[in-house]
Amino acid sequence: MDPFITSLVVFVLAIFIGFELITKVPSTLHTPLMSGSNAISGITIVGAMLCSYSESLGSLAVILAVAAVVFATINVVGGYVVTNRMLQMFRKK
Amino acid sequence: MLTLALSKADYLNLAYLGAAVLFIFGLKLLSSVKTAPKGNMVSALGMLVACVVTLFYVTGATAISLAWIGGAMALGAVIGLTLALKVQMTGMPQMVALLNGFGGIASLLVAIADYLRTGAFDEPIWRWDGLAATGLAVLIGGVTFTGSLVAFGKLQGLKITPGRPIQFPGQKAVIALMILGCLALTGVLIAEPESAWAVWAIVGVSMLLGILLVVGIGGADMPVVISLLNSYSGIAASMAGFVLGNQALIITGALVGASGIILTQIMCKAMNRSLLNVLFGGVGATGGSPSAGPGGGQTQQRVRDMTAEDVAIQLEAAGLVIIVPGYGMAVAQAQHAVAELGELLESRGIAVRYAIHPVAGRMPGHMNVLLAEANVPYEALLDLEQVNPEFEQAGVALVIGANDVTNPAARHDTGSPIYGMPILDVDKARSVVVIKRSMRSGFAGVENELYFMPNCGMLFGDAKAMTQALVNAVEDM
Repeated sequence: MDPFITSLVVFVLAIFIGFELITKVPSTLHTPLMSGSNAISGITIVGAMLCSYSESLGSLAVILAVAAVVFATINVVGGYVVTNRMLQMFRKK
Repeated sequence: MLTLALSKADYLNLAYLGAAVLFIFGLKLLSSVKTAPKGNMVSALGMLVACVVTLFYVTGATAISLAWIGGAMALGAVIGLTLALKVQMTGMPQMVALLNGFGGIASLLVAIADYLRTGAFDEPIWRWDGLAATGLAVLIGGVTFTGSLVAFGKLQGLKITPGRPIQFPGQKAVIALMILGCLALTGVLIAEPESAWAVWAIVGVSMLLGILLVVGIGGADMPVVISLLNSYSGIAASMAGFVLGNQALIITGALVGASGIILTQIMCKAMNRSLLNVLFGGVGATGGSPSAGPGGGQTQQRVRDMTAEDVAIQLEAAGLVIIVPGYGMAVAQAQHAVAELGELLESRGIAVRYAIHPVAGRMPGHMNVLLAEANVPYEALLDLEQVNPEFEQAGVALVIGANDVTNPAARHDTGSPIYGMPILDVDKARSVVVIKRSMRSGFAGVENELYFMPNCGMLFGDAKAMTQALVNAVEDM
C-alpha cells in the first residue's frame, strides 16, 4: 500500500477514536481537556527533533527545526504542568 | 548527507505506537474527575517515551545534534514551566490561547524545515502528497499561530487588540480569497516542487489570515475561537505528520483536532449559532449600549435596587440557593468570595448549587476551573440540563456577573438577537438577585428583561466587593 494511503487510513481512524473519547469528557473538565490536548499536540516535538539532525547548525532548515523544538517543548511542558495544576484543584466534597 | 539505519526506524515507530496508546488511555481517564489527574500523568508518560526514544534515535547516543536539541529542549522546558507555574487561574484562557499558538508555529516550522532539507539533496525525491501536506501544515500552522496571538491579546486586554470585533466591508471575500490563494500556492508547489517562494508566500498569507479571522470576533465569542484554534493546532500537527510520514504526529494530531471540533460544536450549540455566524457575524460589534448608570436606563421601566442586608434576609430564608457565575466573576476575581458565601450558607443548612452555562466565561469550562480553585466541590457545579429543573425549587437565584445567558427573551422574543439560545431559567426561582456593576447591556447588546421582572432585585457594584458584603451581612444575622 502506498505510504500516503496508510497514513490517511490512520488519520481518519484516529479522528473517530478522538470523537469517541472526547464526547465522554464531562463539561467540568473542558478546560483541563483543552490544555491537556494542547500538551499532546506538542508531539510535533518529535518531528522537530527528527528535522534537527545534522552535523552542523549551519543550514536554515536546522535552525528552523531547532526553533520548532523550543516552541513544541513549551507546549508539552507548559501544557502538562498547567493541566496537572488544574486537575489537582478539583476535589470532592 | 547522513542516513539513519532502517531497522532502528521500525523500533522507533513501535515506540510511537506505544506513546499513541498511552495518549488514548490518558484521554479516556479524563472522562471522570476522579481519574483525570492519573490520565494526565499517563498522557505525559506517553510524551516522555516518544521524546526519549526520538532523542536517542536522532543523536544515535553520540554528541551529534545533541547540543542544540538538548539546549532547545532545556530552553523550552524553562519557559513552559515558568508560564505554567506562574499563570493565575483567571489567566487560563490566555495561557491556553498562547499554547495553541506555539503548537501551530512548531508544526509550521517543522513542515518548512523538512521541505528545505529535502530540497538540499542533490536529486531530491518529491512526493505530491508530501508537498500538499507541506502547504496545508504551513497554512493551518500559520493561522493557528497569529490567530492565537490575537486571541491572547484580546483576552489579556492588550490595547493593540481591542476586545470588540473589528470588521471591514468585504472581510469575508478577502478571507475567502486568501484561503484560495494559499491552496493555489500549494498547487504551484506540487507542480513545481523547487519553488520555495511559494512556501514563504503561504507563510505570509496564512499569518495575515489568522489575524483577520480572529480580530473580527468579540470577547464573549472567545470560547468558540479558543476551541477552534485548539482543533487547528492538532490538525497542523497531523499535517506535519503527513509531511514527515510520521504516524505518531498523524494520530496524535487527529485526536486533538477531533477534541477541538467537539468543543467548538458544544460552544456553538450553547449559543444557538452556527460556526460561520460566530466567525463572521461580528456580534457585539456595536458594543453594549452606553451605561445609563445604576437604576437608570433609557427604558421607562425601573429596576429594584437592593442592599446586601435585604439579600441576606432572602438567602437565610431560602432552602436552596443557586449561584450563577459569569465572566464578571472572573474579571473581579470574585471566585474565593463566592465560595466563602457558598460555604457559609451550607453551614447554615441551606443547599447551594452552582449553575454553569457552557459559554460562561472566555473558554470551555472557565467557571469550573475558577470555582475549583476556590475549593468548591465539583458535585455542586451543575450544567444547563441538570440545573434548569431545579430553579423552580430555588428560594434565591444569585446571578454574579452573568447577563445574556439569563435573559428570558431568548425563550420567547423572536426578534431578539439571542432568541433560541439555551439559557439558565433563573427567572423561575422565587427570587432573583443580580450582582452587576451597572445597567450596561450584555455582550449581545440587548437589554436583559430579567432585571425588570417583579421577582428580580439588583445589587449594584463590583462582584467581589458585593459578594463579600453578602458574606458579612449573612454572618451578622
